[in-house]
Amino acid sequence: MQAFDYAAPESVEEVVKLLVGKNGDAQILAGGTDLIVQLREGRRSTKLVIDIKNISELTLVAFESKNGLRIGAAASCSQICSNENVNKHYPGLIDGIGLIGGVQIQSRASVGGNLCNASPAADSIPPLIVHEAVCHVAGPNGARTIPVDEFCIAPGKNTLAAGEFLSSIIVPAPKEKTGASYLRFIPRNEMDIAVVGAGASVVLDDDKIHFVSARIALGAVAPTPLLASDAGTFLTGKAITHANVKGAARMAQEIAKPITDLRGTAEHRKHLVAVLVERALDKAIERAGGNYAE
Amino acid sequence: MPNKTHVTTIINGEEMEFLCEPRQSLLEVLRDTLGLMGAKEGCNNGNCGACNIILDGALVNSCIVLAVEIQGKTVTTIEGIASPDGLHALQQKFIEHAALQCGFCTPGFIVASKALLDQNPDPSEHEVREWLSGNLCRCTGYDRIVRAVLDAADTPT
Repeated sequence: MQAFDYAAPESVEEVVKLLVGKNGDAQILAGGTDLIVQLREGRRSTKLVIDIKNISELTLVAFESKNGLRIGAAASCSQICSNENVNKHYPGLIDGIGLIGGVQIQSRASVGGNLCNASPAADSIPPLIVHEAVCHVAGPNGARTIPVDEFCIAPGKNTLAAGEFLSSIIVPAPKEKTGASYLRFIPRNEMDIAVVGAGASVVLDDDKIHFVSARIALGAVAPTPLLASDAGTFLTGKAITHANVKGAARMAQEIAKPITDLRGTAEHRKHLVAVLVERALDKAIERAGGNYAE
Repeated sequence: MPNKTHVTTIINGEEMEFLCEPRQSLLEVLRDTLGLMGAKEGCNNGNCGACNIILDGALVNSCIVLAVEIQGKTVTTIEGIASPDGLHALQQKFIEHAALQCGFCTPGFIVASKALLDQNPDPSEHEVREWLSGNLCRCTGYDRIVRAVLDAADTPT
């Protein structure tokens, strides 16, 4: 592997100082499951690796019923998936985060890293998008926030400016009568990369027979994970019927622009979008306690 | 020569120290510096599990941990699984069930299974298979491995 220096600072300010000092030629290390492999294979290069796991606020997973969930950028997948509050209030997030790798990867990989790595097929991103999660970013000009659906800009590229890094992800407090889910298609049972991924969240009315709102997000069908906003808006105020759910799934299908690669053909992926969106909505409705009218 | 970092750690119950470059993986240091050759380099990218170790209680692939990261941490490798009195039940059951052919993946499977039994002493077959999904074996077809782990779980220690 290429030579680099290593630093393990103990505050967010120190990280920013180190990033600015290297003028962009530095990489943040959380779990290393993407970064170390990419450095070894020469897909990324760096003069300095900054390990952020010694900064306790960046490894925390904290839930408050008013402010929601705060996931430190370096918190591991296993830490998140074993958190009682995440399981109780955000099962749709667990659907995605729990799918990333096997036990060994779960022990190390972070959701912050999954997001920063900006893979179109990242399993944590569609569920974060449907939960309206927001990235908190630290940088030389202070802190700022970026909605998760605007964070990835191309395969492997995110919108962070030089000197900035992701410090945490905030997931809003769950609303009443809400449910979410994420599904992916892979040819194996475990340890694979999504051919297509689909996340959905719904908010239902008091009688749980109409949608108040819905959000749908897709993975692996475009250069970045996609928010299918029209498909979600389509369901606003509509009755919970199979026809409406299928209608939203067809609209999501329209914005999918998949490519053909070794994991699947564009045609197959298009087909999968409709199937997975329908099933993800089904599960989200079930978790919200909703009832189909037909 | 790049600067070397001094690392102090506990490996298999023993305090150890070593010098390493930041770019060296824990797997490299275990094998090349510390002479602990049990962890194997299979894929070297986190897919195969042949280099599995337990780091502060968590099962990890040592090929994608930097050696400098283990300062002050506790590591268990395959060399630390048996006791002076004899083999661990997992090792004994792997032999009895012939749960290996070439043996290259075996240390990783045993360390991974140890991490499973440490937190779930009575796993179902499904739980064993799911837990071991990050360990690849190209010879046995997994069935004997799963049976050995289930049998070890049933063996009083």
